Amino acid sequence: MSTLSTLGIIAQETAQNAADVKAAAAAQSAGYAYGLAAIGPGIGIGYLVGQSVQAMARQPEAAGMVRTTMFLGIAFTEALALIGFVVFILLKFV
Amino acid sequence: MTDALTTTLHGPAPEGQLVRDMLRRAAWAAPALIAVFGLIWGVPGALSTSYAIGLVCVNFVLAATAMTYSARVSVAMMGVAAMFGFLIRLAIIFAAVLLVRDAWWVELVPLGVTIIVTHLGLLFWEMKYVSASLAFPGLKPKTQEYTPT
Repeated sequence: MSTLSTLGIIAQETAQNAADVKAAAAAQSAGYAYGLAAIGPGIGIGYLVGQSVQAMARQPEAAGMVRTTMFLGIAFTEALALIGFVVFILLKFV
Repeated sequence: MTDALTTTLHGPAPEGQLVRDMLRRAAWAAPALIAVFGLIWGVPGALSTSYAIGLVCVNFVLAATAMTYSARVSVAMMGVAAMFGFLIRLAIIFAAVLLVRDAWWVELVPLGVTIIVTHLGLLFWEMKYVSASLAFPGLKPKTQEYTPT
């Protein structure tokens, strides 16, 4: 009888550990998803803005046109980070 | 070639014009999206969708405001505002979602989907009305505003 109850306790602990491991893995994956999703857009926005600033400094008369394109480019690049963010909240909290 | 640190940009801000137009389009499209997600997820779905649309609109307004004001300082400052503005706005969205995630009216799936759909949808919609030319750097002029000679 005592052997059976000991086995039951071990099984419970193992199940608890498995749930903890699963939760930790989900949190870790969510963190990776968000972190990796922010790297690409960060590089993209940095490059885009750097080139646009250079273009505006070279030709201030074309600044309006460059700003329009830059603004849209930034917003599109940022959408990639937002997708990563949504994956993060879905993995972590749903 | 002038220096990016000393070149300042004055005059009308095309990004402000774009964002005002996008907000107008969001006001038209939002009821349809809210109704669709409300039908699928009920009242929490509709409220979460409204919240997400508001977040995206605030995000666009913040981006345009940061660029407009920093451009008056210098072109280089506009670059700084665009780069750090990206990080700050991501943090704002992250905080705004974290703050409400346990509220009774929040459904995370429609919230997340709306953030992406609204963001991309408004941008693609706006692209049809953008004129990237020296004469009209913001939106395409209406025919009554511009008559070619």
